[in-house]
Amino acid sequence: MLSYLIRRILATIPVIGMVAFFVFSLLYITPGDPAAVIAGDIATNEDIERIREKLGLDQPFFTRFGTWAWGVLQGDLGISIFTNLPVTRLIAQRVEPTLSLAICTLIVSVLVAVPLGVIGAWKVGKFVDRLVMLFSVLGFSVPVFVLAYVLIYVFAIQLDWLPVQGYTPIREGFWPWLRQLILPSIALGTIYIALIARITRATMLDVLAQDYVRTAHAKGLAPNAVLMQHALKNAAVPIVTVIGIGIALLISGVVVTESVFAIPGIGRLTVDAILRRDYPIIQGVILLFSVLYVVVNLLVDLSYRLFDPRIQY
Amino acid sequence: MMTAKFRGLLSALLVATAFACSALLSAPAMAQQKTLKFVPEADLRSLDPIWTTAYITRNHGYMVYDTLFSVNDKFEPKPQMLEKYEMSSDGLTYTFTLRDGLKFHDGQAVRSADAIASIQRWAKRDPFGQKLDEVVDSWTATNDKVFVLKLKRPFALTIDALSKPSSNVPFIMPERLAKTDPFQQVTDATGSGPFKFVKDEWVPGNKVVYVKNTDYVARKEPPSWASGGKVVKVDRVEWIYIPDSATAAAALNSGEVDWWQQVPPDLVPLLTKNKDIKVENTDPLGAMGIIRFNHLQPPFNNEKLRQAVLAVVNQEDYMLAIAGDAKNGKLCPSFFTCGSPMSSTVGSEALTGKRDFAKAKQLIKDSGYKGEKIIVISATDQPIVHAQGLITTELLRKLDLNVELQASDWGTLITRRSSKEPVEKGGWSIFHTWWVGPDVATPATNAPMRGSAEKGWFGWSKDEKLEELRDGWFNAKSEDEQKKFAQEMQKRGWEVVPFVPTAQFIVPTAYRSNISGLLISPIAFLWNVEKK
Repeated sequence: MLSYLIRRILATIPVIGMVAFFVFSLLYITPGDPAAVIAGDIATNEDIERIREKLGLDQPFFTRFGTWAWGVLQGDLGISIFTNLPVTRLIAQRVEPTLSLAICTLIVSVLVAVPLGVIGAWKVGKFVDRLVMLFSVLGFSVPVFVLAYVLIYVFAIQLDWLPVQGYTPIREGFWPWLRQLILPSIALGTIYIALIARITRATMLDVLAQDYVRTAHAKGLAPNAVLMQHALKNAAVPIVTVIGIGIALLISGVVVTESVFAIPGIGRLTVDAILRRDYPIIQGVILLFSVLYVVVNLLVDLSYRLFDPRIQY
Repeated sequence: MMTAKFRGLLSALLVATAFACSALLSAPAMAQQKTLKFVPEADLRSLDPIWTTAYITRNHGYMVYDTLFSVNDKFEPKPQMLEKYEMSSDGLTYTFTLRDGLKFHDGQAVRSADAIASIQRWAKRDPFGQKLDEVVDSWTATNDKVFVLKLKRPFALTIDALSKPSSNVPFIMPERLAKTDPFQQVTDATGSGPFKFVKDEWVPGNKVVYVKNTDYVARKEPPSWASGGKVVKVDRVEWIYIPDSATAAAALNSGEVDWWQQVPPDLVPLLTKNKDIKVENTDPLGAMGIIRFNHLQPPFNNEKLRQAVLAVVNQEDYMLAIAGDAKNGKLCPSFFTCGSPMSSTVGSEALTGKRDFAKAKQLIKDSGYKGEKIIVISATDQPIVHAQGLITTELLRKLDLNVELQASDWGTLITRRSSKEPVEKGGWSIFHTWWVGPDVATPATNAPMRGSAEKGWFGWSKDEKLEELRDGWFNAKSEDEQKKFAQEMQKRGWEVVPFVPTAQFIVPTAYRSNISGLLISPIAFLWNVEKK
C-alpha cells in the first residue's frame, strides 16, 4: 500500500511538469497581450512596447518559462501583472469560497442523491422511481444559471430569506457563512444530484439482482438491512468514483455559479485572469487544478479498499 | 455499523445546526457606522492611475488622491490642492502655493516636491502632459508649500493640462511613489484624497474598501465635478464588483447594495418598478462611440471609402443599439463631445443629412475598390463595442462590400488592433470603441482626431493639415480662437474621415432612495453622498 502510494505520488511529478509546460506554451501562442490591456484605449504602440519591456514580456519563451518554473520550484507562483499582488495570496483568498461552495454542494448532492437513487432502485418501475428519473432528467437539463436566477427571485427577492450574492468567510460566523452558500449550493448541486442519483440507481439495480442479495432476503433479513448493509455497500465503488470526479469537476466548474452569485472564488479568478491575460494567475490556477485532480483521483483510488477489501495495491 | 455511522452523521448535523443558531442569536450588534455599498462599472485590477488609463483605476484615483486643479461643470479649471497660483506677465512663469493642512494618508504633509514629482511622472505618460512637457523649462520647489514652473515659451493650456479630468489624471502622490518609473506600477495607494484605501481588505474581483480620511481638509466651495469641497458623508465605502447584471439588479432590489453605477438599458424597467429605487442619468456629457478605420491598409487607406461609410452611418441606429432608449442618448454629429465648448455643428450635415446609399456606392466605385476583404474586429464581452460592430457590419454589407465580422474578447481585440499588417496577416480594417465625454472634448485629448500617422493612435490616420490645426489650437490665445481651430479641424475631419462618431450615450445609474447627494458629473464621485 505504502509503495503504491509513493509510486503514485512520484508519477504525479512529470504529469504536473508537463501540464505546466503545456499551459505556458498555450498562453504564449494565444492572442492577447496584458501590456495592451494595461496601456488602455489611448495608448500608442510605443507605450505598449515599453510596458511589455517592463513586465519582461519581450523575453524569449524559454527565458520566461525558466524564470517561472524556477519560482514555482521555490513555492513562488509569481506576481499578478495587474494587481501587483502575489499569485499565492490571490489564490489563497479564493480557495476558501470555492472549497466552501464545493463542500456544501457535495454534501447537499450526496445527502439527496444517494437516497433518491436507492429508493429509485428499490421501487424500480413504480411511481416513485419515475419521479426520481424525472428529477434526474430535469437536473441534467436545466442550466445552472437559469436555476440560480429562479432561486434568487424566489428566496432572495420575493421571500427575502436569503442573500442574493456575495460570500462571508467562515471566521465571521457559521450561519452568515452558510446562509450565503445555500442558494449557490442548490443551484450548482442539482446537476450533481441528477448524476449521482442515476449512477446510484443503476448500480443498485445491478447489485439487487445479485444472488447474495436474494440469499439475504431468503434468510429473513429485514429489507432495510439488505438494502443498506449488503446492496448499498457493494454498490459504493462506482458511486464513490462519480463523487470523486464530481469534486474535481465542482472545483473547476463553478465559474457560472460564482459569477451569478458574485462569489469571489477560483473559477472567477481564472476567467478574469484569462480575459485580461494575467499570465501568472492563469498558470498558477491551472497548476493548482492539476494538483487537485491528481490528489482527488488518488484519494478515490485509495477509498476503494474501504468498500471492497478484495482490491489490493 | 452503517446505522451507527448514520447516527453519528445526524448528531453532527444537529450540533452544527445548534451552533449556527447560537451564532445567529449571539452575533454582536455591528457598530453603527455608515457604509455605502457601491457596485462599480468594473473590477479594480490595478491601483496606479498613471500606469494604466482604465477608467476604474481613474475612479479609484479620485477616491484616494487629490489634484492641483480640477475642472468644474463649466469646464473651468479651479484650484483644488492649491491655495493660489500666479502667472507672470510674459506667461513664462507659474507660481503655485499649496493649501494649508494637506496631508497624505501616512501622516506626512504634502510638499512641493511631491507635487513636482507627480506631475513629472504623469507628463511622461499622458499625451496632454507630454505636450506640456515639450515647453517646460524647469520645475523648482521654492519651499515645501511653494513651487515654480518655468516655460520655454508661453503655453496657454498649462492650467488646462494640469486640470485634466479623465485618464490620465495628474493625481498627486508622495514623492517616494511618484519617483517610480511611469511604465511600472506604484506599490501602494497612499494619497491625500478624501478616502483611504484599505489594502488588507482588497479582494481583486470582489471588493475594494475605502474609509473616510478624517484628516482631509475639504475646500469651502460647493462641489462641482471634481472641483470644490470633497466632503465625505459616510464612514466607509465598499465597492462590490458584481459581474452579472441580473444579480446586481437583484442585489439593488433587495437592498444588499446601495448604488449601482451603470445599469444596462434593458434592466431599467425592472428597477423602476421598485419605489425604493431611483434610476437617473447623472452624467451630463455621456460617452461617445466611434468607428475607427485602419488608415494604413486597403481598403480604408482610401479616403473615398471612408467617406462612403460616413455617408450611410445613421447615428440613431447606433444610439438605440447602445443605449436602448432615446432618452439615454443623443445624436452628436461632431468630432468633439457635444455639450463641451469645442463641439460645433460645422459640417455636421455629413451625419445629419440624408443617408445616401447611392452616393456611397458611387464613392466606392470611384475609390477603385476591388472587393478587398474588410475585417471588422469586435469584442463580445464589451456590449457597447459589439453592438456597434454588428451595425457597421450590416451597413457595409448593404454597400455590397466584402465584409467579415471577427468577434473575440476585448483582450484579443486590443492586441490585434496594434497590428499594422494587412488583414491576410492578422491585421484588421475597422474596430469600434467609446470614450467618456471629457476624453474626446478637446483636440488635446481626442486621440483619434489626429493625423500623426504611425506615431499616433491605432488606425494611424495621416493628415498634415489636421496636425497643423491641432498645433494652432494649442497655441491659441483665447477660447474663441481655440473654437475656430476646433471648427476647422472638424471641417477637415468630414473630408478625411479619421473616424466616425456613432452616438453620444448615457448609461443610467440606480440607487436606493435612502441615498442622496449624488453629484451630476461625467465620473461617479463618492464624496457628498449621504446615506440615511
